[in-house]
Amino acid sequence: MAKISKARLKAQENARKNRQELIGVSRRDLMKMGLLTSAGLLVPKRGLSARALNSAGWLESGSSGDDIPCQSPPTTPFIEELPNHMNGGMVIHSPVAAFSNEAACPAQAAPSGCPNDGRTQPHQAFAQRPPVKKYEVSQRRTLKSVHPALPLQPLWGFARRQVDGAVDPNTHTGVAWTPGPTFVARYNEAVLVRNFNDLPPPQLNDGFGLPSVVTHLHNGHTPSESDGFPCDYFERGQFYDQHYPNVLAGINSTHPGTGDINESLSTLWYHDHRIEFTAPNVYKGLAGFYILFNELDTGDENTGFKLPSFPQFDIPLIITDRSFSPETGLLCFDMFSLDGVLGDRFLVNGKIQPFFNVQPRRYRFRVLDGGPSRFYQNFLLDPTSPSTINKFWHIANDGNLLPRPLLVNSIRLGVAERHDIIIDFRPFAGKTLYLENRLEQQDGRGPTNNLLPPGQGHKLLKFIVGGTPVPDGSADPSTQTFYPLPPRPTPRITRTFRFDRTNGQWAINNKLMPGDCSDIRFRVQRNSGERWILQNNSGGWQHPIHIHFEEFQLVRRNSRIIQAGDPEFARKDVVRLNFNEEVELLFRFRDFRGRYPMHCHNTLHEDHAMMLRFDIEDVGDNKTEP
Amino acid sequence: MPNVNRRQWLTASGANLSAAGEPTAQASGGETKWKTISPRDVIKNRHLPNVVLTTHEGKKVRFYDDLMKDKIVVINMMYATCEGVCPRITSNLQQVQKFLGDRVGRDIFFYSITLKPEVDTPAVLKKHVAMHKIKPGWTFLTGAPADIELLRRKLGFSDPDPEVDKDKANHIGNVRYGNEALMLWAAAPGLSKASAIAESIKWVDWPKEEAATKVKGDRK
Repeated sequence: MAKISKARLKAQENARKNRQELIGVSRRDLMKMGLLTSAGLLVPKRGLSARALNSAGWLESGSSGDDIPCQSPPTTPFIEELPNHMNGGMVIHSPVAAFSNEAACPAQAAPSGCPNDGRTQPHQAFAQRPPVKKYEVSQRRTLKSVHPALPLQPLWGFARRQVDGAVDPNTHTGVAWTPGPTFVARYNEAVLVRNFNDLPPPQLNDGFGLPSVVTHLHNGHTPSESDGFPCDYFERGQFYDQHYPNVLAGINSTHPGTGDINESLSTLWYHDHRIEFTAPNVYKGLAGFYILFNELDTGDENTGFKLPSFPQFDIPLIITDRSFSPETGLLCFDMFSLDGVLGDRFLVNGKIQPFFNVQPRRYRFRVLDGGPSRFYQNFLLDPTSPSTINKFWHIANDGNLLPRPLLVNSIRLGVAERHDIIIDFRPFAGKTLYLENRLEQQDGRGPTNNLLPPGQGHKLLKFIVGGTPVPDGSADPSTQTFYPLPPRPTPRITRTFRFDRTNGQWAINNKLMPGDCSDIRFRVQRNSGERWILQNNSGGWQHPIHIHFEEFQLVRRNSRIIQAGDPEFARKDVVRLNFNEEVELLFRFRDFRGRYPMHCHNTLHEDHAMMLRFDIEDVGDNKTEP
Repeated sequence: MPNVNRRQWLTASGANLSAAGEPTAQASGGETKWKTISPRDVIKNRHLPNVVLTTHEGKKVRFYDDLMKDKIVVINMMYATCEGVCPRITSNLQQVQKFLGDRVGRDIFFYSITLKPEVDTPAVLKKHVAMHKIKPGWTFLTGAPADIELLRRKLGFSDPDPEVDKDKANHIGNVRYGNEALMLWAAAPGLSKASAIAESIKWVDWPKEEAATKVKGDRK
């Protein structure tokens, strides 16, 4: 039992007095109402009262007569095609021979020396894995249609800087993509990205967004200086080189020279990670996919694991919820929310409720919850028989292929989680199906965990299945196995983290993340194992917690041991912390050194300090509650 | 290059305009049923009501016109008899004020709004200011309870759960900062490092005339 310090007791007593003064009820009353724990913490409690929130999570006028709801104007669903790599709605990134400013600003391990180079640290793995492909990226303002009933939206996206043309210096606008161009990378082919900040000045931000950015490659085994650490941001007019070695974990430690094939990653994504401004910047569109193939997961259904071929039958899907102003028709974002933002419109790959023509065969979908705050539980709905469960194959969790495919009824996603699934449309030839989210969520704090009845959820995407049989070279998932889970490490140390609030400030272990990222909360010993216990003591909030750099294995949720056959019997980088839940994670931190964060991926919580920094160094510390 | 003077900047940049005179409110299908409201006005209408407040010096002020418009602002909520977290945040913000130097009161303004307008009269707040030796550039504010409640909600100091929200001090730990003209708003934990809060506030500072210069040191 941890000792409670005198100062802490005093703080609790003060907090109690303050609360009592303001509410006019006693501690006993609060305890009775279930709002106060014995530790003196005020806990958000569900189900105590009807909420005056509209579907977008804004307080309706009426409760206080003030907050203007942002309820989107009507948008007819399923009238536009899903943007994808086959129809030109999404593009694959194209490598360049040389960067446009490379003569003056060389591509090298050390910062280039150019005054507008935002990088200050040398690349750790540049000599070991010199880049074989270069990509030149521009982050810029662009005008984009999300639905024919709405005006063009001023968004921020990523452009292929040498392909998509220049930014108009008067409007600060150019061709860009959101979701961003898809990186198609291969293991052992190192990549160097020169990432330019070509965003408009702040007064032309169309109402929100800070033109200061840092791009995180989510789940990459990436050295710290290229990972997209929240304080490695770069300003307008600057660029930043990110070196992605595309190596397997273990390369410099347990499996020297090769890395461990059972640590292979497949579905990664990239997104802005600017400290205190991630939510608005990603909401404006700064996100895209990064797909990683190897000799087994090849992108070709005639080789390796014989998974459906990319890009024709292997389709990334980023699901986001947004609201649009009923007056201007433009994207709404509540910069004043500390708790989470819900949208009342669902976009897949940047379009509101699109349709997708599929052939009666197997498809691989890489389903990503793009946030900012909503969780999903997605089912496959046949509207002619809503109560029928249409099973599909769950093949990867957080983009990491499972030991073997699992036949499932649905997939549950928290913000930033990726689930790869295989749907076999052959039995549905000539029919129409929907990807339907049935998870109820009323505000930005997290889902209620109630499931809506079949057919009454949010229909995200419509599948129109062709009637003509087609060949299918992909393997039958029921016969397949992928990568066994790597052996679990023996932990050098066990650390405990409580995800909590203190006076309305998001906190981890009652500590706050300073905006300058200067607080090194603990030091992990490079090439060692650790056990982390993550706790959510609240009945009102759920948190999707993301840990950068190396995936973990989830050992248990409360007392429930995660066993083979569970979709979470996997390598993961995001764990959903349910109400009043404790989870146990096992990690290895291998190969590279440097600064990494752990944070809640509800981007509103993240921007409001529910984050910490840990450093991987040669000598670790022994802090058990850092 | 040093920061340009705020007034010069506002005039030169036409900060009241939306994006460079471009037809963002034009429907993709050519329809023009949408209202053109500048994004700055959208924020003003949604979050920055022009209610009348009274300063600790007894002066009547309008929240938007007098306190927010064209300014960089730092806002928190407190009340005079609050113990524990409030004095700690006040003392922390005094450190932040030191870091920001003489800009506080010139183009950066600190505001503390009482959560207990019934008892925190201007005289009570004035005493509070004297007791804490609060320097100029930092104004304590009270007003009609309904107006204060409106501000509390609009500025995001409320909780989505009405039961939890009965405790109005629920979000008391947060410090909101923003630049009204630049439409940049964010929040920092009030008990975070003072130097870090000061750095955060500078993120919403007026843009330098030359953006393409190295603006950060080695943040290792």
